[in-house]
Amino acid sequence: MDLAHISTDSHINHSHDHDHDHEELSWIQKYIFSEDHKVIAKQYLFMGIMWAIFGGAMSLIFRLQLGFPNASMDWLQPLLGDWIKEGKLDPEFYLALVTMHGTIMVFFVLTAGLSGTFSNFLIPLQIGARDMASGFLNMLSFWFFGLSSIIMMVSIFLETGPASGGWVIYPPLSALPQAVTGSGLGMTLWLTSMAFFIVSSLLGGINYITTIINLRTKGMSFFRMPLTIWAFFITAVIGLLSFPVLFAAALLLIFDRSFGTSFFLSDIYIAGEALQHTGGSPVLFQHLFWFLGHPEVYIVLLPALGITSEIIATNSRKPIFGYKAMILSMLAIAFLSFIVWAHHMFVTGMNPFLGTIFMFLTLIIAVPSAVKAFNYITTLWRGNIIFTPAMLFSIGLVSFFISGGLTGIILGNAAADIQLHDTYFVVAHFHLVMGSASFFGMLAGVYHWFPKMFGRMLDDTLGYIHFWISFVGIYMVFFPLHYIGIAGFPRRYYSFTGFDFTRSFTDLNTFVSIAAIITFTAQFIFVFNFIYSIFKGRKANSNPWKSNTLEWTTPIHPGHGNWVGEIPTVYRWSYDYSKPGASEDFIPQNVPYAHTPESNLPNEVDPVAHKH
Amino acid sequence: MGQTIKIDDNLASSNRPLSMHPKKFALWLFMVTIVMIFGALTSAYIVRKADGNWLEFELPLVLWVNSIIILLSSATIQWAYFAAKKDELNQVKMAMTITFILGSLFVIGQYYAWSELVRMGVFFGGNTSNPSGSFVYVLTGLHALHLISGIIFILIILVASFRYKVHSKNLVKIEMCVSYWHFLDFLWIYLFGFLILYN
Repeated sequence: MDLAHISTDSHINHSHDHDHDHEELSWIQKYIFSEDHKVIAKQYLFMGIMWAIFGGAMSLIFRLQLGFPNASMDWLQPLLGDWIKEGKLDPEFYLALVTMHGTIMVFFVLTAGLSGTFSNFLIPLQIGARDMASGFLNMLSFWFFGLSSIIMMVSIFLETGPASGGWVIYPPLSALPQAVTGSGLGMTLWLTSMAFFIVSSLLGGINYITTIINLRTKGMSFFRMPLTIWAFFITAVIGLLSFPVLFAAALLLIFDRSFGTSFFLSDIYIAGEALQHTGGSPVLFQHLFWFLGHPEVYIVLLPALGITSEIIATNSRKPIFGYKAMILSMLAIAFLSFIVWAHHMFVTGMNPFLGTIFMFLTLIIAVPSAVKAFNYITTLWRGNIIFTPAMLFSIGLVSFFISGGLTGIILGNAAADIQLHDTYFVVAHFHLVMGSASFFGMLAGVYHWFPKMFGRMLDDTLGYIHFWISFVGIYMVFFPLHYIGIAGFPRRYYSFTGFDFTRSFTDLNTFVSIAAIITFTAQFIFVFNFIYSIFKGRKANSNPWKSNTLEWTTPIHPGHGNWVGEIPTVYRWSYDYSKPGASEDFIPQNVPYAHTPESNLPNEVDPVAHKH
Repeated sequence: MGQTIKIDDNLASSNRPLSMHPKKFALWLFMVTIVMIFGALTSAYIVRKADGNWLEFELPLVLWVNSIIILLSSATIQWAYFAAKKDELNQVKMAMTITFILGSLFVIGQYYAWSELVRMGVFFGGNTSNPSGSFVYVLTGLHALHLISGIIFILIILVASFRYKVHSKNLVKIEMCVSYWHFLDFLWIYLFGFLILYN
């Protein structure tokens, strides 16, 4: 492709413009330390898939413990070594598994793997830019994530185990090595890893926002942007505002752990002896943590919702219902996400009046969420639905979003939450609405944009099998957990057989564990499909889904710079599907109104016509 | 929506005037993240103070001197910017050098303030420490860390100015440096005021 042309045409003032010139990039510059947003996106995707397999496998190990408490785990000894003692899983390692599963899934898979992949891949392609505002920072962002991943991975192999105080790392559990062995070096590495992760997220987020605001192509006004871009934009803003707060909390925790300060620790006695820490407040940590923690939920979910909007509109062959309502609800969700954090802390002894305020604000989130759910359904309503695998996963997301969201209303009530707090009800709630929904969004995105990423198609049949097993499997895993939670069984407990009232749930747990094993195994259908199709998949044409957005106007294998020649100009929004009068059921964004007189509405005139 | 955007055909998409230089915009976003860190820390300070068991102590007087130094440095860096705009390259060099010296003095002064605190018996950690003291160390320390990054930025501009690369046709970098420095100055005044008010 014509690289030299791009360097003169590019409106990105890259400091590295010179390496666009004729010289060929070395293999390392092309595939390892690449500054091309598409390569970086794929790097994030591969890393995300790898972490997802790790995180999922961890959950299987503790599901085995919960579902089959009497079975011997000796066969896992070659893998887990001393963590299996006399055929039993070490209870402290159980806690470590739960902690790492949470950390990996929330941060490494559904934040980095989801936002990192699709924000990087789609933002320049869908707004019509050659690349991100700073390719260099983008590369740094990925490699900070790489560094963070390596450190987290190392912590899993420590003899004392990785962090095991839960992914929320509440002090004093996380602050005192006496509490659990994982709070020693494992926790130190967790904090180090997360510090790099935060740097990575912030570098990424700064780049996304800057790119969307400054590098849109001619005609791409804010209200012509696809909803994917809006979702990535709002996600990046949320991340930019909330991750620094986690950084502040982690910093104070590091000081408490290693420098003898007492921000979060107060008057603790261990074996009758007082520790030197006085005057700290553990609840303060929870405030700081959840100020990130709650927005983090939407950092995970919003990109998935954005991807879903795009896929559902495309495959319903209908404009998205309520385009502006979708944007407004995302903005409302983003705003509200910052003022509801204390609903995670109803049982910390906070002032009940304050609890009522947080409850009220929390329940308001149901309004924009419901608007979004209705808009998805009304987009589907009487559409010419094409059930591609991506479409099925998107519809699956809507299903999880509704069924998991409804339990959010129950949990948001302070009175109900006192019973349900930290039970399996909470586990069921967030695994559906945040975990599975976002995971389905990510899968939908991969199925939909795979042709653009690799120039080939994923196999549809394998995709359908993957979808149905995953969809049914996820409900079989998480639906029963609601009952266990209402009965009052707390999460993170090692054994259901320890108490009389929970023994009756043993068979239900066995069922859940079997469902989890099936669901997890089914993901390898996808992994196979993914790897196989990269090399041997059916060759894709340039616009396989007959979609309107700009990424499908690039060559099948776009080079660095995305478009050969000039970047297309945008004349319309991205949802002109099945427009009355039009010869085809889609009109790409780069088609001027002058070319479609048969379908134009009275107010649709090209601004170019008024040329002076 | 389409009609509200005025598209000028004379401008190719490649040189469409941007609302802001992308790098400057990114710098502003970076400053937002710093605001959030310090916002979180000062909020934590207020919440923790309300819990009681709070050591009260006088802030070292040297902090006043440091504040004056950093305010002066803001003035000198602005002078450097104006000089660069007028292509008075010798003045740019001089003003940037003075800013660099003032910035370094500020960091040294902050370190001196820490040793004052230690002399007063206000420690960062250990048996006798109290969060009220620890917070002062964290706030000043983290600010100093950012200020050092600002000094490195100044150093880069200083070197560039000696190579005659800072002039009215090439202002982006110095503009970014000036914004960042003013921001750090303002941040300090905020922190100092906060500590005086809530001590």
